[in-house]
Amino acid sequence: MPEMTLIEAIRQGMDEELARDDCVFITGEDVGPRGGVFRATQGLFEKYGPKRIIDSPLAELSIVGVGIGAAVYGMRPICEIQFADFIFPAFNQILNEAARMFYRSGGEWAAPMVIRAPYGGGVGGGLYHSQSVEAFFAHIPGLKVVIPSNPKDAKGLLKSAVRDPNPVLFLEPKKGYRLIKGFVPEGEYTVPIGPAHVSREGADLTVFAYGIMHYYCLQAAALVAKEGISAEVVDLRTLLPVDKAAIVASVRKTGKAMIVHEDNLTGGYGGEVAAIIADEAFADLDAPVKRLCGPDVPGVPFSHPMQDWFMPNPEKIAKAMKELAAY
Amino acid sequence: MELSKETLLAMYYAMLRSRRLDERAWVLHRQGKIVFHISGMGHEAAQVGAAFALKPGKDWLVPYYRDLALMLCFGLTPREFMLSLFGKQSEASSGARQMPSHFGLRRANVVSTSAPVATQIPHAAGIGLGMKMRGDDAVVVTGIGEGSTSQGEWYEGLNWAAVHKLPMICIVQNNQYAISVPSHKQMAIPNVADRAAAFGMPGAVVDGNDVLAVYRVMMDAVTRARTGGGPTLIEAKTYRPVPHSSDDDDRSYRTREEVAEWKKRDPILLFKGYLESKGRLPPALNDDYETRVLAEVDDAQKFAEAAPYPAIESAFGPVYAAEAHHA
Ligand SMILES: Cc1ncc(C[n+]2csc(CCOP(=O)(O)OP(=O)(O)O)c2C)c(N)n1
Ligand SMILES: [Mg+2]
Repeated sequence: MPEMTLIEAIRQGMDEELARDDCVFITGEDVGPRGGVFRATQGLFEKYGPKRIIDSPLAELSIVGVGIGAAVYGMRPICEIQFADFIFPAFNQILNEAARMFYRSGGEWAAPMVIRAPYGGGVGGGLYHSQSVEAFFAHIPGLKVVIPSNPKDAKGLLKSAVRDPNPVLFLEPKKGYRLIKGFVPEGEYTVPIGPAHVSREGADLTVFAYGIMHYYCLQAAALVAKEGISAEVVDLRTLLPVDKAAIVASVRKTGKAMIVHEDNLTGGYGGEVAAIIADEAFADLDAPVKRLCGPDVPGVPFSHPMQDWFMPNPEKIAKAMKELAAY
Repeated sequence: MELSKETLLAMYYAMLRSRRLDERAWVLHRQGKIVFHISGMGHEAAQVGAAFALKPGKDWLVPYYRDLALMLCFGLTPREFMLSLFGKQSEASSGARQMPSHFGLRRANVVSTSAPVATQIPHAAGIGLGMKMRGDDAVVVTGIGEGSTSQGEWYEGLNWAAVHKLPMICIVQNNQYAISVPSHKQMAIPNVADRAAAFGMPGAVVDGNDVLAVYRVMMDAVTRARTGGGPTLIEAKTYRPVPHSSDDDDRSYRTREEVAEWKKRDPILLFKGYLESKGRLPPALNDDYETRVLAEVDDAQKFAEAAPYPAIESAFGPVYAAEAHHA
């Protein structure tokens, strides 16, 4: 099994899907000869040509809207939004069009497409190159929201997303693009959209996370293990539709739950996870559900100390785990 | 490009059929039998002229809510339209999930549409992109009102069509009002079609109440699109002789004299006069048509009134597509 970075796995997933199905094409800003600003599509223009790797005009709603049209026609677009921060001009198209196409047409039409967007902070991106946008989209029935945390899942989930008959928002933790490395199976495989994954078994508490926060949670779990705390780590992977059974099962086992995301606290995805636990595992709880999230300020500040203050990290997560374990 | 007598009469019948069906909808609303109607009255020449230049079954349509006559030409039946007015089971566009006139008809390549105006324009571009990628010699037509051309979606969609020389035709039906707002408050130019130059595509202004004039302009555009010549922006100047919808009262924003003046240029009256002047529509034939239309409309109404409402369970879903919907 070759080891590769998160972004290499994403690129390989796209490459294989482009090779498998000639309905698949990529569009977005700078995705062509430049290979994307993060190089996610590097080499694909040379391999598949300008008809399938299409530099779009600098206009996000049209990247998604044109993708929807192509999808209803029978193509399988992969639409890249350069930074998740710039997805909002396309919000209307995602919410009112892509996600509603199937239901609103009584199942006659569907918009099978992938919308990829690098998201998240910790990269010196300031307010407008650091945003976590998942909470807005995890509220939309008809859309699927996927966030991989490691190369193996990223490739397998992306391939599933391309083949899914529904619109899938595929959010990529950009800080992890080159930081997170891992082994990727050789040959053809997919990872199903939907199921969460217990990435570390534990007995004392469960921490739920996704994306780079999941990567940090594993590090934090290793830290607290040295102090005798056994933390279970669950990688949610798919935020919508959410794997309720996996959440409930883990809480039943450990009795304590914590959710970590870098998106700000209020109205964040952690509230949904907490509500699921309150609904379905209340009697199993030995402590209040804890949320470790970004602060409620309008974005990740640029300057390094302020950015560090904003972002959860393994140390902050380990501290919160210890508090929860001691409850 | 001489049209046969049969074709001319078929055009006339298509206009008449849409008009009588539309009038019946207003009656049903006044009787309190339906809750909402949005009308295509006055727009019949623009739509029928366009439809007759197309190949239903091959070409694609991304309509807007006034496109009743266009929809009927593409194969929507009066019964199906009535089902949508009454919100009855098996309604064709949405299973009665959507309000009436949110058209869509899978079997006829008419893509499902929503309420937020101009969202359909990038979809049409995406369909055109798909056609170009596949080497399909079909064309995609999209309809929109002049007020809605103020939306960014319109610009972004047409820009794609121009950049990629897509086989797309946008028909702006300029009825001079967006609900109450006159077009001079919408734009500082006399013709929407003047904007075509800024996109880099041909634009044409046509008398939207003259079905043959619209047909000729459309034929040029269709020929261009089918032969790789790219998109066209057509502006059909017309008038809406009725309120915006059954919820509107137009007396607050325009004079009765203005409306009366335009009713003299009613597209059906004009075309009837033309056919009569050419000896193509003897009174007996017109009476036949009226009788036939009345029977169709009566039948449709009876059918829809007798039809059951959808079961509550049909609101549950499915929310997600389970299998690929390829064209
Ligand atoms: C984005 C959006 N804003 C507002 C509305 C409400 N609305 C529906 S139709 C309409 C006027 C549209 O006018 P125009 O584009 O000229 O088309 P017409 O109805 O005159 O054919 C408005 C404001 C809407 N449907 N969508
Ligand atoms: Mg108008």
